[in-house]
Amino acid sequence: MFRRLPDFPAGPSLTIDFEGEALPARAGESVAAALLAAKVAVFRATPVHAAPRAPWCMIGECHECLLEIDGEPNRRSCMVQVRNGMKVRRRQGP
Amino acid sequence: MPSKEYDAVVIGAGLVGAAIAYGLVRIGLRVAVLDEGDSVHRPSHGNFGLVWVQGKGVGRPEYARWTLESSERWFDLNASLVEDCGVDPGYRRPGGITPALSEDELCALKTMLERVRSESAAADFEFEILDDARIRTLLPACGPEVVGGAWTAYDGHVDPLRLLRALHASLDLHGARVRSQTKVRAIVPLPGGGFEIAVASGPSASSEDLAGYDPPKGSSLDGGETNKRLQAQRVVIAAGHGSKALGSMVGIEVPVSPEHGQILVTERTASILEYPTLSVRQSDEGSILLGGSKEDRGFDISAPVRTSAEIAARSLRIFPQIAKLRIVRSWGALRVMTPDGFPIYAASDEYAGAFAVACHSGVTLAANHVWQTSRWIERGTIPPEMACFSPRRFESPSSDVSKIA
Ligand SMILES: Cc1cc2nc3c(=O)[nH]c(=O)nc-3n(C[C@H](O)[C@H](O)[C@H](O)COP(=O)(O)OP(=O)(O)OC[C@H]3O[C@@H](n4cnc5c(N)ncnc54)[C@H](O)[C@@H]3O)c2cc1C
Repeated sequence: MFRRLPDFPAGPSLTIDFEGEALPARAGESVAAALLAAKVAVFRATPVHAAPRAPWCMIGECHECLLEIDGEPNRRSCMVQVRNGMKVRRRQGP
Repeated sequence: MPSKEYDAVVIGAGLVGAAIAYGLVRIGLRVAVLDEGDSVHRPSHGNFGLVWVQGKGVGRPEYARWTLESSERWFDLNASLVEDCGVDPGYRRPGGITPALSEDELCALKTMLERVRSESAAADFEFEILDDARIRTLLPACGPEVVGGAWTAYDGHVDPLRLLRALHASLDLHGARVRSQTKVRAIVPLPGGGFEIAVASGPSASSEDLAGYDPPKGSSLDGGETNKRLQAQRVVIAAGHGSKALGSMVGIEVPVSPEHGQILVTERTASILEYPTLSVRQSDEGSILLGGSKEDRGFDISAPVRTSAEIAARSLRIFPQIAKLRIVRSWGALRVMTPDGFPIYAASDEYAGAFAVACHSGVTLAANHVWQTSRWIERGTIPPEMACFSPRRFESPSSDVSKIA
């Protein structure tokens, strides 16, 4: 669905851990961008209605891209840059 | 009277103006709705979303009844908006709870609600004083400091932004699209009845201070602004903090001033609060809103951390488990306050057909503004039982000025 732009600066290739799976990422991009490029379609379920959600604004406003990053819940994954070996999970519990 | 281009021009498309305009188009009037735009202070875009009755109208039974009536009519308003435009403000009325953090607070709640019941002579005014066990069955999230509380059946809440959007969308469908970035600069009563309304519209109309500048008719200013004149049989001033200046053009005093309120919003979470309280409520999407501050800060709409900390501290004493939630937004907004806290419903004595409305509970009263206030405007007069809300009450030094609305 999403591809990196052809002129996206080719930084070092990294690997992040998403739900136990190793996914490729590029230095300088956000966690949300890396997951979208890896074709992750659902980032979370809404807590009341359990509706599936994915990033929308990619600039930190909409809070649709919340993920648990390195043990910290509900982080806006579009605002966090990837690091090698980062552990990313979907929201645990309500 | 000669017929004008519009039966009514409504100035201000906040919750008050949009609700009145919606009532007017439903009656079948030709209505124009003018709104200055994003640069002005608009509580309709930053409020708490309660339709709240509990405790309103102490010392002014007309206000207690008026508020109660609006809560009853809110079901019809919600249904009518959904039917018209498909946008659902999400009105829910589970009743509302005011938690008490001490026996004194609990006593004061009881006294207040008994007073409202006896003053408004409504023996069926339904409220319940909750002891510490009862409040925990209704709101299990209450912390150990909560000693009890009060419940009334009439309190509820909506999503206030969806409400505003639903009103605007429905106006559009009824042929009265809100004209944004359109600032009213002058209201001129016409000989023989009716009004001419001079507007400046365009991107610069609201950001620039145009006071005192009178460009020639139809001229175009730099920034793409144009000036126009509309004619209408009636004019309704519902311009929030802008109403004071506009009212004086048709001989209506609108003595409103800003009262700062601040709101914090948590990340969304599973439903833990089944009932709204006056300062903490959970939206239908799971966000918890914390509020309840009242400060005199002039027209400053910043949201200082000190106030946020006070709001959070009080909320946590009531519902300690909120502590683990992240705050995702906070903002300040300015209530449109009258000197005694009660609303203003005014018709000009000098110029028939000119009205002004101002209130600090525009969400709560929206249903009355749609179903009742619009009728007064259509007929041209405010009914005698509403005379206590005329701004004339501020003229006499002996007027009843209690600060407990
Ligand atoms: C923090 C906070 C919490 C609140 N919580 C609640 C609540 O829980 N329940 C409740 O019932 N109420 C609540 N309120 C109050 C409610 O928000 C207001 O009563 C309501 O929004 C007022 O609407 P309004 O249309 O009068 O004003 P506004 O929202 O200010 O709208 C007035 C409009 O007039 C326009 N305007 C001004 N001057 C001109 C001009 N010269 N020409 C053209 N247009 C003009 C402006 O652009 C504006 O859009 C709260 C308010 C605050 C600040």
